Amino acid sequence: MVKLTIPEEEYMLPGHVACQGCGATIAMRYLLKALGGKTIVSIPACCWAVIPGVYPSRTLEVPLLYTAFETTGASISGIRAALDMMGDTETTVVGFAGDGGTADIGLQSLSGAVERGENVIYVMYDNEAYMNTGIQRSSSTPAGAWTTTTPGGSKKEWKKRPKKSVIEIMIAHDIQYAATLTVSYPEDFIKKVKRAMEIKGPKFLQVLSPCPTGWKSDPAKAVELARLAVQSRVFPLYEFDHGKYKISMKPKQVPVREYLKPQGRFRHLTDEEIETIQMHTDEQWEILLAKEKFTNELYK
Amino acid sequence: MVKKVITGNGASANGARLAKPKVIAAYPITPQTSIIEKLALMVSNGELDAKFIKVESEHSAMAACIAAQNTGVRTYTASSSHGLALMHELLMWASGARLPIVMTDVNRAMGPPWSIWADQQDTIAQRDTGWIQFYVASNQEALDTIILAYKVAETVNLPAMSIEDAFILSHTMESVDIPEQETVDSFLPPYEPKFRLKVGEPMGFGSLVMPEGYMEFRYKISEAMDEARNVIRTVGKEFGETFGRKYGLVEEYKTDDAEVVLVIAGSVASTAMEVVDMMRDEGKKAGVLRIRSFRPFPYEEIRKVAKQAGLIGVFDRSYTGGFGGAIGTEVKGALYNSDASLPVKNYIAGLGGRDITPKVLRKIFEDMFESLNGGVKKEVEWVGLRDGSGRW
Amino acid sequence: MSYLDEIPITPIADKPSTANRTGTWRTFRPIIEYEKCTRCMICWKFCPDVAITLENGGEYEATNDKIKQMVDKAPVIDYVHCKGCGICANECPVNAIQMVKEG
Repeated sequence: MVKLTIPEEEYMLPGHVACQGCGATIAMRYLLKALGGKTIVSIPACCWAVIPGVYPSRTLEVPLLYTAFETTGASISGIRAALDMMGDTETTVVGFAGDGGTADIGLQSLSGAVERGENVIYVMYDNEAYMNTGIQRSSSTPAGAWTTTTPGGSKKEWKKRPKKSVIEIMIAHDIQYAATLTVSYPEDFIKKVKRAMEIKGPKFLQVLSPCPTGWKSDPAKAVELARLAVQSRVFPLYEFDHGKYKISMKPKQVPVREYLKPQGRFRHLTDEEIETIQMHTDEQWEILLAKEKFTNELYK
Repeated sequence: MVKKVITGNGASANGARLAKPKVIAAYPITPQTSIIEKLALMVSNGELDAKFIKVESEHSAMAACIAAQNTGVRTYTASSSHGLALMHELLMWASGARLPIVMTDVNRAMGPPWSIWADQQDTIAQRDTGWIQFYVASNQEALDTIILAYKVAETVNLPAMSIEDAFILSHTMESVDIPEQETVDSFLPPYEPKFRLKVGEPMGFGSLVMPEGYMEFRYKISEAMDEARNVIRTVGKEFGETFGRKYGLVEEYKTDDAEVVLVIAGSVASTAMEVVDMMRDEGKKAGVLRIRSFRPFPYEEIRKVAKQAGLIGVFDRSYTGGFGGAIGTEVKGALYNSDASLPVKNYIAGLGGRDITPKVLRKIFEDMFESLNGGVKKEVEWVGLRDGSGRW
Repeated sequence: MSYLDEIPITPIADKPSTANRTGTWRTFRPIIEYEKCTRCMICWKFCPDVAITLENGGEYEATNDKIKQMVDKAPVIDYVHCKGCGICANECPVNAIQMVKEG
């Protein structure tokens, strides 16, 4: 007799070799709790290609196909096609790829799978840089961030352009369901995965996954940072469900400074630069609110 | 059995249909397109019970085949030239993952300069990917090789490629025996994967391996490739018993008493055989050894022919950039530690679809006889080069 | 039998990672003060290492009657695998988890 707010069953084992406080492992844990054991996962080159440990170690209680960096969209399409041909339309096929493997090198393959309408779930665990190779910038790295390839230096070359929004690219594909999730809101996370499971066709889930190693933050603060990302509206939680935007929560706004401050990757930012990020964040939030209003009126 | 006049691509599409792949993933490229158009129609008509994934690139085509095959079904794809080059990473993956995927490549030159015409550069460049490579010489062989390739691939758990020449075969009509489905089924039983992704069996396929474990997995690929050499011979014989057309690693033509033998792959071999007949009419003992299986390499067959020949010429329709053509260096490599001691001369010809006429081949044979008597003056020679010398 | 004969033809990883003793990575050890713990299981929920399990009563049984009536389980840290990231201590709403330096 214990009332848990998320399923008790575990499909991820202890003893994996992720860094301390890894958000991507929490993401996988919740994902599989929601999906259950009738799932096949495909993982490209990314942190998660290493996290299960070296051969013969495995850390998932479901079958896993490792694949090349840019192939997740095609890989899950292939698994789905084979299962369907074998008469198995029940098993959930899920791709689990990092932001580099999704926003950059794997974008084409993902776009193809979504455009074709493959009945799969694609999870982008977004730790906002190439963390497995040592913190290089990806197109999902936010503006102002330090990475090893946006090292600042005397020319102050941090990441200049804002984070590419993959979820909005997915929405532009006329996808039936897309959502943003993060590890600090497990109940919301699981609810969205369950919703995705109900829908036949491609589903896209973008999970903000704090990376203490790459974000230069305290591992203990990983979940807290994810919470601050939502509260500061830097990473709003929302769904796009059959045309309608739905913002999952509209918490009292926390200044972006509170989110940026605990992260070493933003240490160099000046007050002025933080103000610019605040303005951009507020604008994006207004746009999101407008989309929610517009689409809900349109598809009343 | 039905006899039909069809193109090489039609033959390949029929070969694929008869092998009953459950998943096809392909992307169009000239001159492969008519293969996948035909398959798309067969799937749409219900003639072939398969899912055709119309992917957005060749890279994704092979990635989808890998995933589907690893899930437990037979898969097929086809490509050509730049498409095959784009697949390169996944070709490596397919063999490393030990998946018996079968594909057709329509041999086409690489750019630049842009060219859609035949040469073997695209597939030769994939020599080291761990794929079995069959070079076919007729439309009949294109059809047969796909069926045969599945059987070989599934026996040794390596992927296999059937390779036909652009236009010369792909878009040219020939009379082809199309076997009955029942006969094919008796020869090629349904696919039984040795391992697969299966709910309830948590395993990670293709995981990270440390240096102390890596080499052994590569060694197993090498063992399988060596095993494939015998499997191709056995399955080729069995194919002959079932369908009346026997295939080996090579096809020998009048090599028994030949003084000079031209080693050659692809459809141009049939022209070379005609030229051999012409030479023989003039009392010149020439022969042809057509390489059907380039990977695994038929070194034993080459050594056997080399034992009695006086000179070997190797015809390469590609260039490796450094020292002649790949088949040329491979033939020399096969002979070095053998009993044979004879000169080998490498001819580079027919790049980018340059016509290889009987006249060109005749000059090559004549040059081989000259070299046999007067010594090899130039180890690697570009045939038909418009360099103003008028040599060819 | 040689290593070559033991391995499959392609790396198929099937040995549970629980064999890896990742607890050796730890610098700080989380210690749950069961007197303070309300059994809300938030620590269990956020653990990235699945290193907090839910155990039945026994030595972890709540002393607070109200909690005891509501919950019959308690979060227990698996020190063989806990890497000491400290998320549990940071997230605990009643500060019932202390991070103590390993000796």
